[in-house]
Amino acid sequence: MNRRRLVLSVNGGDHEVWVLPSDTLLDVLHDELGLADVRYGCGEGVCGTCTVLLDGEPVNGCLILAVQAAGRPVTTLRGLMGPGETLHPLQECFLRRGASQCGFCTPGMVLTALDLVRRRGRASREEIRYALVGNLCRCTGYTKILDAVEEYADQAADTPDGVPS
Amino acid sequence: MVAPAFEYVAAGGYDEAVRLLADGGDEAKILAGGQSLMPMLNLRLAHPELLIDINAADDRQPSVADGMLVLPALTRHRVLLEHDLVRRHCPLLAAAVRHVGNVRVRNRGTVGGSLAHADPTSEIGSCALATGARVIARGPGGDRTLPASELFIGYWTTALAESEIITDVLIPVGRPRQGWSFQEMVRRTSDFAIVAVAALVELDEEADTIAAARVALAGVADRVMLAGPDLLTGLTGATLAGGTGAGSTGPGSTGAGSTGAGGSGDDAAGAAAALIAGGLDPVDDVHASGEYRRRLVRVLTARALREAYARATGAVA
Repeated sequence: MNRRRLVLSVNGGDHEVWVLPSDTLLDVLHDELGLADVRYGCGEGVCGTCTVLLDGEPVNGCLILAVQAAGRPVTTLRGLMGPGETLHPLQECFLRRGASQCGFCTPGMVLTALDLVRRRGRASREEIRYALVGNLCRCTGYTKILDAVEEYADQAADTPDGVPS
Repeated sequence: MVAPAFEYVAAGGYDEAVRLLADGGDEAKILAGGQSLMPMLNLRLAHPELLIDINAADDRQPSVADGMLVLPALTRHRVLLEHDLVRRHCPLLAAAVRHVGNVRVRNRGTVGGSLAHADPTSEIGSCALATGARVIARGPGGDRTLPASELFIGYWTTALAESEIITDVLIPVGRPRQGWSFQEMVRRTSDFAIVAVAALVELDEEADTIAAARVALAGVADRVMLAGPDLLTGLTGATLAGGTGAGSTGPGSTGAGSTGAGGSGDDAAGAAAALIAGGLDPVDDVHASGEYRRRLVRVLTARALREAYARATGAVA
């Protein structure tokens, strides 16, 4: 199998990588680009720890090939942070509410929840639960995660453009 | 685990994909949304030598033509869930897709891929059967149309020829005197169905009696399947009570008339459900015993028929 050259557009920067056709986007982001915020959990698309935004939509990094992402914008958790690594408001909500313990699931939780709030604004607790059903957390029991997302969704609904910057 | 090595080619159109598939033979697989195939690769349950990516082969959106809702094979589950035409003309499918995977799976998974994968617990497959859908398959010799009822032939196996690809799914648009229901039992939201039932009920032009009904089942055999029409003849001319209140037909809701407390009462829906369940022999597995599945078929089918009936009469939205 021959490696092929791709340009991946990740968090606003272009990266030239050489990949096998069978390399997943997760493999390349984590192993080649050193993005520790994209994580291998189950390899089956059920746990959500490898969540990234592709063309702005959450996808399973483990279920898409790196070659399929060539030239398309990819955002990982890190891509949400501001200059000087300032936290995204949703991350602030997670911190304030104690919604992270070991932190392994947090990037996937944040990206999936952000997509929900961008689409739905002030989402109900039921909508949040439904959106996060594919993101597993083994520490928190989920309550604090739901609290954090709910707080962020309320903030988002109160800002003119629907999303706190 | 890590997927076995394979080669990859992106097809620019279905004709090119069919050609590549014909050349690749046994060793080639079509990659659509990848939400079933990629897990199988990661778990090393599949070992293709070539993946033919059709994601760039087609960018059509759902449309309606000649009384059919036309779903291009690459229509993502999220589109099924949200698209106005799908919600209006096949609300059954839009409702059923809520049970498919999670938000990321629905962003990538496709209607054609789901049908071609032929999982015996498929929500989309059971809806295709209940609605009398057809698929258009393209092969080296051109297109042919195949009823969904002839598509599924066993575990993850379809009647598609080796170098055929589903390009379209055609679903007859819903009619005014028609009602639908989708019922599913899972232990955790987004799991594979233990049992799912998709029902469509059509009323007589004049009276509120049943003229026709179709019931499709998932999770009870080696494929999604339609209940035999002979098992539904008792519904013809019947009226059903107890379907009021969507999703409220569980224990504790009594409904009206002779239906008893939820589950399968002794009306025509209960009788049909018992007949259907009695003819099944689901296997035991780690998720549920065959006996439990049979019981679920009886309860969920009766619920589905009553809710579909209530929708057809306009009693339930």
